[in-house]
Order: sequence, then C-alpha cells, then structure tokens
Amino acid sequence: MNSLPPPITDWFAARSWSLHPHQTEMLARAGEPALLLIAPTGGGKTLAGFLPTLAELASAPRPGLHTLYISPLKALAADIRRNLTAPIAEMGLPIRVEDRTGDTTTTQRKRQRADPPQILLTTPESLALLLSYEDAPRIFDGLQRVIVDEIHALAESKRGDQLMLGLARLATLAPGLRRVGLSATVEDPPALARFMASAPQPCAVLHADPGPDPDITMMRTTAPPPWSGGGGRYAIPDILDQVRAHQTTLIFHNTRAQAEIFFHDLWLQNTGDLPIGIHHGSLAREQRERVEAAMVAGVLRAIVCTGSLDLGIDWGNVDLVIQVGAPKNVKRLVQRIGRANHRYNAPSKAMLVPANRFEVVECIAALQAVQAHDLDGDPRGPGPLDVLCQHILATACAGPFDAGAFYAEVTRAGPYAALPRADFDACLEFCATGGYALRAYDRWRRLMQRGDGLWQLRDPRTSRMIRMNLGTIVDTEKLKVRMKGRGGTPLGEVEEAFAASLSQGDTFLMGGQVVRFDGLRELTVEVTRDPGREPKLAVFDGTKFATSTQLSDRILAILNSGDWSALPPATQGWLALQAEVSVMPQRNRLLVESFPYEGREHLCIWGFAGRNAQQTLGLLATKRMEERGLHPLGFVATDYAVLIWGLDAVLDAGPLLDAAGLREGLEGWLAGNAVMKRSFRTTAQIAGLIERNLPGQRKSGRQATFSTDILYDTLRRHDPGHLMLRITAEEAMRGLVDFGRIEEMLDRIGGRIDTRRLERIPPLAAPLFLEMGRVPVQGAGRERLLAEAAERLMVAAGLA
Amino acid sequence: MKTGFEFVLAGARLLARAAGTLWWAEAGLLCVSDLHLGKSERIARRGGTLLPPYETVDTLERLDTEIAALDPSVVICLGDSFDDLRAAELPESEALWLARLMAGRRWIWIAGNHDPGPVGLGGAYLAEWAEGPLVFRHIAVPGAGPGEVSGHYHPKARITAQGQSLSRPCFLIDGARMILPAFGTYTGGLVTTDPALEALMGPDAVAVLTGPRAICLPMPRVPPGPAISPANALRQRPGRRG
Repeated sequence: MNSLPPPITDWFAARSWSLHPHQTEMLARAGEPALLLIAPTGGGKTLAGFLPTLAELASAPRPGLHTLYISPLKALAADIRRNLTAPIAEMGLPIRVEDRTGDTTTTQRKRQRADPPQILLTTPESLALLLSYEDAPRIFDGLQRVIVDEIHALAESKRGDQLMLGLARLATLAPGLRRVGLSATVEDPPALARFMASAPQPCAVLHADPGPDPDITMMRTTAPPPWSGGGGRYAIPDILDQVRAHQTTLIFHNTRAQAEIFFHDLWLQNTGDLPIGIHHGSLAREQRERVEAAMVAGVLRAIVCTGSLDLGIDWGNVDLVIQVGAPKNVKRLVQRIGRANHRYNAPSKAMLVPANRFEVVECIAALQAVQAHDLDGDPRGPGPLDVLCQHILATACAGPFDAGAFYAEVTRAGPYAALPRADFDACLEFCATGGYALRAYDRWRRLMQRGDGLWQLRDPRTSRMIRMNLGTIVDTEKLKVRMKGRGGTPLGEVEEAFAASLSQGDTFLMGGQVVRFDGLRELTVEVTRDPGREPKLAVFDGTKFATSTQLSDRILAILNSGDWSALPPATQGWLALQAEVSVMPQRNRLLVESFPYEGREHLCIWGFAGRNAQQTLGLLATKRMEERGLHPLGFVATDYAVLIWGLDAVLDAGPLLDAAGLREGLEGWLAGNAVMKRSFRTTAQIAGLIERNLPGQRKSGRQATFSTDILYDTLRRHDPGHLMLRITAEEAMRGLVDFGRIEEMLDRIGGRIDTRRLERIPPLAAPLFLEMGRVPVQGAGRERLLAEAAERLMVAAGLA
Repeated sequence: MKTGFEFVLAGARLLARAAGTLWWAEAGLLCVSDLHLGKSERIARRGGTLLPPYETVDTLERLDTEIAALDPSVVICLGDSFDDLRAAELPESEALWLARLMAGRRWIWIAGNHDPGPVGLGGAYLAEWAEGPLVFRHIAVPGAGPGEVSGHYHPKARITAQGQSLSRPCFLIDGARMILPAFGTYTGGLVTTDPALEALMGPDAVAVLTGPRAICLPMPRVPPGPAISPANALRQRPGRRG
C-alpha cells in the first residue's frame, strides 16, 4: 500500500495538508505483521495508525470488523470517534466508526456484536469482555488490523499484559491480523517492540523525528519555597502571571489531594477571574467531561490536573505546561512536557515549580536529565500469572479449549513468550480446582476436562460472575460523593477509609470547592457547599511513584557537589545547616540519624532507594527492632529516607541494617507483613480467588464479609506452597517490596553505616514529619500503648 | 500476661478470654460462638469462588487449644456453628477431630440462623439453654432478663490509638447481657456503633478486645447528637452478617 486512493488525497489536497514522513512510511509498511511507531506528542501518531485502514477500506469497501483500535482511556476512544467520523463523512467513505467502552449502553453493545462496524474503538477491558463471548470467533473473523494507542502507558501495568494475551487470542481467531503500536518517547524501544510482537516473530520499530528539544526551565518565584510540604502554594502569584502570559496552561500535580488544595488556593488568589478548571481521576465523569469540553472549546486558560491528563485528547492550543512538585521520573516528565504545543517541530515549553526546598534539588536533577536525554525506567518483568489465571477463566467463558493449543497461543503474547508449561498448568489447575494441597473441590471445581480432553466451565452460569470480574485495575473501596438532596450533583469519589473518618460537619475539598459532610445515604457521601470554612484535608488515593534510580543518583551528586550555586539561597542555607548539624547523605555510605522528638525516639535512614524500597527497609528494620525489644511504633517512607519512631533510642543502627541480616529477615518476614497482604489482595482479585462484583450486589461495593488478610494468613499457615502466595511474593518483590533496589543500595554502601546521635531533628529530616502514609508496627510497643489507652478510657468513663 | 478479662454477669464469675471464648470456671463451662465451619465449601457449592478450604481446620485447631488449656466439662457452641446444614456433613478427618474434642464432656449445639436444624454429630441440639443464672441463645432478645449470653452479631470494635485506626473482634458486656465475638476463621464483623448493637447494649457496656491479650475499654459508641456516624452507616450491611 504505497499510495492513497483519490477520496483521501483529494481531501488532503483541499486542505493543503501533507503527510509527515513517518505517516507516509506507516502507509508504505502497512503490510508488515507488527509495527511500533515511536513519535513525540503532536506528531500525528493516531492518523499514522489509521491511514492504512482508511486506504484499504476506501479501495475495497466491505462490511464487518476491519480495524480494532485500543486505547487506555475511554475518553480517548470517544474523542477519536469524533475525530474520525467527520473526515470519513467528508471523504464520503463507506466506513462506520463506533466506540465500545464501559460507558456504552447495553443495546448498543448487543447491536455491535450482531453487526460490528468497520472500525471499533475500545479499551483493553472491553476487549477482554468481547473475547469472553461465545460469538467472539464470528465477531473477529475478518479482522485485519489492530491499533494499540499509547502502548507505552499500557505496557507499564497489568492492563498491557492482559491486552497482549487478548491480541494473541485475536491472532488465533483472525490469522493474518496485523498489529500497530503507537508510543510516546520511551527509554527502550526494542523492549517495547518485544512486548507487542507476536512471539517469536519480531516487531519492527519506526522512529518519527523527535522534534526540537523542549524549552524547560525552573520557574522564578517571588517567594522562596517553604521548608516542607507539597502543593506549591507559595508560587501561586507567579503561576497566575504565567497563565496570563500564555494562551492555555496545564498545571500538573503529582497527587489528587495536592491538585485539589492548590486549585482551591489558586481560586482564592485569582482576582482577575481567569477561567481555570480542575481535572483528576477522583472527579465524577460529568465533571471531567465538562472541563474537557470547555478546554476543547478554548474557554479555559488553565487546568489544574494530575496524571489523568498525561494521556489523551490533543489540545493544540496548550502552550505551557507547569509541573508543580518534583517529577519522580524523567520519562514521565518528558511525556508531560509533550502535552504543551502539539504542533510538530515547535519546542514544547515547560516550567518546574518545586514544592519545597528539597524538591528544588530534585527539580534541578530532573532538568539536567532532560537536557542529557537520559530517560529512566525499570525493565519489565515476565507476564504476571494472576493475569493469566483471569485470561484462562475468561477464555473458558467463550467455549471449550484444548490446553496444549491454548498454551501455545499464550506463549505468542510477548510478555508470556518464555512462560514455562508448568506455570501454565499451575494456573489452569488453580482455575479448575483452586489448586489447594487439600483437594477439596473435586466436586465443586470451576473448570472440568471433558471426555474429548477439552476444558470447559462446570457450571455455565459461572461465566456471568467471571465476566463481571474481568479487568486488572484493582481500586481501593471508594464511595461516591454527591450534593445533598434528590438528584444532587455527583462530585466524585473518596476512599472508604477517608469517608469513615468523617463526622457530620467536617469539611473537605472536592472539585475545588469546600463541602460539608452531611451524612451517608445508601453508601453515597452527601455533602453541601460550605465556602466559608477551612477545609479538612481530603486524602485521595494519589498514585505515588518511586523516584527512579537515575534521578536519585543525580540528586546525591548535587548534594555532595559542594557547589550549590545553582540552587536558590534558601535551599543553599538549608543544606549548609544539614552539613553543619549532621552530615550530607552520600552515595557510598548509609547515613542514619537518631534523635528524640516530642517524647518519642526517632531514627532516620537515608537510603535513597525509592519509596517502595525505603518502605521495605522500614518494615525490615522495625521487625529487627521489635526482636531486640526496641519497641518501634511506626514508620513513614519517602523516596530518600525512612523515618521510624518508637519508645527506645537506637544508638548504633549497624546491627539493624547489616546486609546478611536484611536478606535473611526478608525471607522470614516477607510473608507476614502488610505490604504482602496488599499485594495479595490485588492478586487474589485479578486471579479470581475473590470477587469484586457479584450480580445484584454492586451497590454495597463490598462482598468479602471477612478481610482478604484472613485468607492470606490461612493460606500461608495451611498451604504455604500455593500458587497465589508464589504470585504475591513475586509481585511484591518486583513492585511494592522492590528488594532489588535495597540490594543495589547495599552494594553501593558496602557496609559503611554511620549512626549520628543528635539532640533534635536534623534539617533534612524535618519534612518527613509531614509525610502521609504512616505504617503502624503491630508489636509489643503498640500493645502496651493500646492497654494504656484502654486503661485511661476506663478511668475516664468511671468504669474502672 | 492477661489471658482474659474477669467480670460478673448475673452473679456468675466469668472470663472473656483473649482467644475469643467465654470461660465459666465454677461450672467448668466453655462457650464459643459462630464457628461457621464449612464456609468455604458452601461458597464453592453455590458456584462462588474456590476459597482456601482450610478455615474449618484452622477453627478446630484454635478450639482444640482452648479445650486443651481448660479441660471443660461442658462446651456450648452458641449457634451458626456450621455455615449451613449441609456444611455440617464434615469431611471424615474433621468429623473425627470434632468427635475427639466432644469425647468425655457435655456438648451443646445451640441453633443459629445458619444451622437451624439438628446436626448428626452427637451432642445435644437446643434452641437455647439455661445454666444457673445464665441463658445461652444465638440471638439476643431485646429486654431479656439479666444473664443472657449470645452471639450472632460478630461484634468488632474500631478504636483509634496513636492516630491509627484499629479494628478487632470483641466481647460486649453490660450489666444484663453479653455478646460473644465470632470464633470462626472466615467471619467478618459488625462494628459496635451499629444501631443493632447500640440498641442492645446498656450505657455502661464495655468491649473486651480479643487478640494477643484481652483489653477492656468502654464500648465504642456513636457520639451523642443527631448525626449518623459515617463509620456506623458504612459498616451496616444488612443481611451479610451472622
């Protein structure tokens, strides 16, 4: 396919548009079985993906599904539909374009299955659901092309693994299927190509011109950044100046809570009444759509947002991106910067606003990394088995399968190319009988093998339950928030734990407004507007990324450079004070500071290993403190340090942190801690051990009448070799436990641990006291405090 | 180390043990509630998920430990001992284990809403049982006379200590009655601020937390005022308990 048919060329000519070189090349190489396009934002990736489809359908019109487009965002699918429908109509092409997501009506879905459009736009979850229907072979029979948009984002989570299993299935149903991946700039294109290839065949990589380097600077602020905290409130006047000076500005924050607080403060200082909106994942869909529509219409001058706008709709008129708070990861920063100026060959303009004095150092490190084109990222592990378990159950819903052929198909998915047959069999066994050492479920198994050797569901009614539980996004329990009264406006969602902590009259921020908690009605949080009051902090579940190894190294290098002239005076002074009162953390030594504060003993360990690894270090260290009778009470971890508090002072941290002891501790300890339980909860839901959605019980939002922690403990005690425990351990080691980075830290410190006993809080440690996400240690110290608290309560109540 | 909390109910000296059982030393009587044996099997039988089928063994192990420590002459299982009547058809090894625990002592099964009919495992099967000043039944009766011992609600207390929220199964005890925590491994809980528990328990009620040690504190309640506590409304999941 080298040339475009007349309706398309005429349409382009009428607009005096010409194709970018990479778009032409995508067209020329449209016949290749797998092709990965890497192009900067604004490079016309989506058009490059769709042109071959339009060309083929214009030259040879036909009914039935021709191209499947998969995007990580529902909104993106809907937007692409709008953007494709108009040109197709103008070109007069006989092509129907429809989207199918969680928001599509049941009637529409049914019709799509009976009479699929030529181009179907969907999400990985909706595809998994489509593939689980008995008529999947008929729907996908004539499928020619599949386009995976923003594949770099999908590859970062289990959604990508699920999608690649889905593509392997599609390739079986539609032999000759060609796949195209569209990606933003990534650090390792060949790895992404292997991920999306139909193994063992390769996938070619096509690089678009990366365009000019971004114009990225630190924002000059009139006030210096505060000592601690996040949010960047101090910079609001300067940010408003920039908003005024530009057409449209995106103001990115790292967490939803920070975005809310910032937006609220911004609004209070926005005397010029600049139209500014807010957008994040906890807001109700209606709210988000209103903001998106206003943005498209060019009504808004700025949007305060989070990762929810990392991807998605192209807004050509964005000419400035402001990142508030340190970017934890250079690659994500580069992709965010790309949101500004979606015009090809014009530099994106971006500014960094550190939220506090330490983040100044982080921001400078990130700037240097962007200038050096030094992208970071962790290599992807093999495809997770919990996703495979779900895929097996979903496939069984579609009809009987042969285990050998199915295994061969699974290994054609990139992430599962090296999957051992034994692992596949273990997953199949788990799906069939639970895979327990005690063979209890021979009578009640979920899958059974028929006389002809094929596997099928024992009870076809189970398929409904399995379909309702498809997907790999596991959320914490959330409650809807809406305005009080009949048909009150939906505002968004809060975590159940946050809702449970509210009392009537409490105020919090939601969608930029202060609202008062009135009560709960059928598991919906009802609120009224209360603009006059100080808000109580809303704790949303903001994604916390670990600062990458590359960035941490750069930060340590700046701290120890001895030349801080690039830093603002306030930060210089702070670092100088740290050097005077204590010492600077170094790359090849481990600094541990020990000091009393407010009646508790504290220990601050500067490992610079990233949030997850620092958290693990906290868990291991507190466990060893507990064993030594040092009564730890809890800890909080950041990307750089872990702060532990307890009843007794630690004067030499060496014995707590020796390499052998930590490794050994990991073995024994790994099993029983909260991080593992959290991983288990996710894994158990994905693999179908516990159900998220039961028919007719959606409303309650919670079916497990007992916690998954109990399941985990029971399994560990009675069946320690169980597949779910193995998956949980692998998962945690890679993700939440991140022991790899502890090993890396142990390597570089080589046993050089310095414990400094100080009389008060050292300067660098001060901000740690304001960190959220404290982890309690359930040990003797806590039991002692609990007993004391109970005693006081009894006395106070006159009961003792 | 305290193994329990001592108190007097209707003149009987009782011990609410940290493990979640009730011990009446004078009568040699051990009482446990809501064992829910066979829960995972029942869920699988009904086409639900295949939960780890070890909760019966786990519950029996803990019950065995209590019986071995106390050597009671009477054991009362306060209802919902089995997750349903079919779940009472235990696998042979578990049935034998239970038979060994039952041997040489009186064993009383009180009927619960999950197991409303007799089970074929020996022992007496009763709707309720009076012993001295105490009456043992599955579900508390509002306005019952002093000395009522019941289960059913799986009470758990949620308290905040050192800025951390913590929730544990608990006994609820006031001058007239007590409610036992669920002893079964796969059992959820109902917070003490639930209206049902609020209405049953008198103003002087205490909660005795189970866990490493028995900790007694005033029963956590809804603060006075017109507000519906969110914690309370949130945990209220009708029909999903007991």
